[in-house]
Amino acid sequence: MLVFLITTPMKKSIFLLFLFFFMGYSLQAVASEVSENDSLQAAWKVLSDKNYNKKAKAIEFIAQQNPPEAVPAIKAMLEGQLYYSRRGKELYFLREIEGNYEFTPLFDGEPIIQKKKRGFKKVKINNRLRSLIRQLLAVIRLDNEDANIRLAAVQDLLKNPGIEAAGRVKNAIEKETDDRVITSMQTLLAVIQLESGDETEQLSAIETLSQSLNSSAMNALSDYQPPTEALKNAAQSAIKKINDKRDLYAKAETVFFGLSLGSVLALSAIGLAITFGVMGVINMAHGELMMIGAYTTYVVQLLMPNNIGASILVAIPAAFIVAGLVGIAIERSVIRHLYGRPLETLLATFGVSLVLQQTVRTIFSPLNRSVETPQWMSGAWQINEVLALTWNRLYIILFCLAVFAALIMVMKKTTLGLQVRAVSQNRTMARAMGVRSTWVDALTFGLGSGIAGLAGVALSLLTNVGPNLGQAYIIDSFMVVVFGGVGNLWGTLVAGMSLGVINKLLEPWAGAVLAKILVLIFIILFIQKRPKGLFPQRGRAAED
Amino acid sequence: MIKTKLKKLVLATAITTVSLASAGLSWAEDTIKVGVLHSLSGTMAISETTLKDTMLMLIDEQNKKGGLLGKKLEAVVVDPASNWPLFAEKARELISKNKTDVVFGCWTSVSRKSVLPVFEELNSILFYPVQYEGEESSKNVFYTGAAPNQQAIPAVEYLMNDIGVERWVLAGTDYVYPRTTNKILKAYLLAKGVKEKDIMINYTPFGHSDWQSIVSDIKKFGSAGKKTAVVSTINGDANIPFYKELGNQGISAEDIPVIAFSVGEEELSGLDTKPLVGHLAAWNYFMSVESDENEDFINAWKTFIKDKKRVTNDPMEAHYIGFNMWIKAVEKAGTTDPTAVQKALIGVAVPNLSGGYSAMMPNHHITKPVLIGEIQKDGQFDIVWETSGLVAGDAWSDYLPGSRDLIADWRTPLSCGSYNVKTKKCSGQNY
Repeated sequence: MLVFLITTPMKKSIFLLFLFFFMGYSLQAVASEVSENDSLQAAWKVLSDKNYNKKAKAIEFIAQQNPPEAVPAIKAMLEGQLYYSRRGKELYFLREIEGNYEFTPLFDGEPIIQKKKRGFKKVKINNRLRSLIRQLLAVIRLDNEDANIRLAAVQDLLKNPGIEAAGRVKNAIEKETDDRVITSMQTLLAVIQLESGDETEQLSAIETLSQSLNSSAMNALSDYQPPTEALKNAAQSAIKKINDKRDLYAKAETVFFGLSLGSVLALSAIGLAITFGVMGVINMAHGELMMIGAYTTYVVQLLMPNNIGASILVAIPAAFIVAGLVGIAIERSVIRHLYGRPLETLLATFGVSLVLQQTVRTIFSPLNRSVETPQWMSGAWQINEVLALTWNRLYIILFCLAVFAALIMVMKKTTLGLQVRAVSQNRTMARAMGVRSTWVDALTFGLGSGIAGLAGVALSLLTNVGPNLGQAYIIDSFMVVVFGGVGNLWGTLVAGMSLGVINKLLEPWAGAVLAKILVLIFIILFIQKRPKGLFPQRGRAAED
Repeated sequence: MIKTKLKKLVLATAITTVSLASAGLSWAEDTIKVGVLHSLSGTMAISETTLKDTMLMLIDEQNKKGGLLGKKLEAVVVDPASNWPLFAEKARELISKNKTDVVFGCWTSVSRKSVLPVFEELNSILFYPVQYEGEESSKNVFYTGAAPNQQAIPAVEYLMNDIGVERWVLAGTDYVYPRTTNKILKAYLLAKGVKEKDIMINYTPFGHSDWQSIVSDIKKFGSAGKKTAVVSTINGDANIPFYKELGNQGISAEDIPVIAFSVGEEELSGLDTKPLVGHLAAWNYFMSVESDENEDFINAWKTFIKDKKRVTNDPMEAHYIGFNMWIKAVEKAGTTDPTAVQKALIGVAVPNLSGGYSAMMPNHHITKPVLIGEIQKDGQFDIVWETSGLVAGDAWSDYLPGSRDLIADWRTPLSCGSYNVKTKKCSGQNY
């Protein structure tokens, strides 16, 4: 019936109405697009502003609109490679090409290449912006090909879990193949469910979280207010379970810290175990020989700046040779005249140590020098969420053991080792057998000094390379040698390792300052009881 | 003949000697002597050598401008060798033997405490350029470095208000400056409602190099769900292994920011800064400050030291300010006499390097802006926050029970370094 009522003029008017409606709609659409573009433009402009709060809002807005430039621009900002021109406040990507700077405009235009960064300023970000950007990028990174990046993305989301992320993660977990990523995604979902799910969901969330060692999971559990008694019990037992596991790993970590401190102590003492232990020379310049090894590492890195990874491997023999030669020079020029006069040797070598320090100060300036840690030695081996062993410490433990093994081989299997042992046991008899004792003395001292140089290479990766490097370690080295038993290489290794572990066991309980004092008191008392150390030398040689 | 010859010879010698002596005398009278008391050897040489060079540069520049009161300035440099008692001996030598009119020097608080009695006994002037723990004001010392309220307190305020930090680790080296500063900070935090269990205090020996367990403790302390920050008064060499360990254990500035009071551009120049990006430092000056004075200063420094890569830092700015203040005060007083200059110094204002003016307050501390910077990849700082105006140095902290009521004012009639406002008594020059 109605159809009939619609007359031709009516048809016309309806058509017009539709037309108007459509036009109006499209006009509206155009208008909103324009305003969005406008504000997007404005948001891009804000990035060159100084106010970090404004910048944060702009970045959020850009990420919401998600124009094609958003992700690369935000990434570049995080890398510190987004610049703006001082004049027009236009945004540019920076790329360094063979000493030149190439500025590519964010939108379109020709790249500008110039020698200096003149005319451009970096888009500055602070910590808050950095973590905001990471959060924003995390959702995008969930689709990355590299499992490690996906894992990092989930970890970033875990720091600040929100319900918005849950949907994305639920989708991503379906496609996920990597076990570690799945586990942390499950943890993330459980943290969210703990807040928002119903009772059964909460219970399963607690179950999932109790398997995790992640600190966000732990915090979620401790903040959790269980609505029922059953849930409360479940949550409590989950917390206990996590804490037990954490304690176990914390103990393992302490032992590792102790061994690594011990390996540094042992490494710096092995050289001294030869010069002081075998030859009986109180060498106060031992620390400075380590310093020379550390500076050698620095110089080697200066010579091969494009190959930091290999530079450490080159530095090891270089430091051994340089420190060894300096050691031989000291022996030939000073110590050789003072054999059998320990007090004078002590004073003379102390003087030598001051001379060496000041020489280094004059050549390299009193400022610390930086030795870059190669890529393969930085970071940590993440065994699980709470236990991570740092690579540089692991390598140093291995290095210490390798140096020790090599030294034992030299002493036991080579002619030099045989002659060194002969001279140290009975000098006159050795000479009568045709051993050139002065030559052996020089070489032995060189060997001890060279090993000090090796210790210097290891120390350069842990601490400052500066003129005072040696002073910090000389006391500790003597302590280790005396504690281990003078003249016993195995004693030095065992003493170094056990002092390291003792120190680290005491430290959390007594504090770093008191722990050091306690260790020193322990050694004093120990020496009272056993004056010859842990492993005293036996036999006729020890009687002198 | 021989006699006359001898006579002539004697006469000639006598004349030469007299003329030489008078030349020497006139030469000595023509210069104003400026003592530089910084360690050039030993542990502190790393920081103090730079300040010695800064002083030489400033004196050199002043001489190029025509000197002071028509005379040339002459630097007298001594080396106290990082040995605290030697500081006192060398200070005495500078004032009594070398007749210096002013001394610029010291770095550690213990060296300042060591020379303090000497300066007070001989009534000379010392400009001290390093941030320190406060709780001191001497008639003879002018403190151009920051007092705690010019560095530590604003830094903590920034972390609390802008970053939202709720849990605090106060880590320091075990000596007077960190201990006093941490005492002040703890009192301040407790007053702001931070709970005792949210504050962790940790001290380590000088030159501590094994940070594994402490960094691991900080990591655990910081994973309790509340935003955590480390306030570091760790001194000198110990910083580098500390930051290395932070980097290796994967603690980034976004998780647990570390704000340091003793780490500047110079300390970072001995360090690979890539893992440190985002960690903070609070100072009154950064090399990256954009101002004309700073640009001139950096250029002059690089030319003077003949090294394009050398950096500038906060204590250098303090010497720059202190030296210019002294010049202005001497010109105002018309003499280098210490008593007159001490009076003339109060109220003197000179440009600082961050684009404003610093003035000497009656308590012998100066006004400065407080800046907070984030470490960048290139070892420089990006300034992320600064106080809106200048902050006047406070000799006696308002947060410690013992010193709350004390003020220092060296103008007459008060003329006292520690005047108790409640009891209305001056407890003399309080060491």
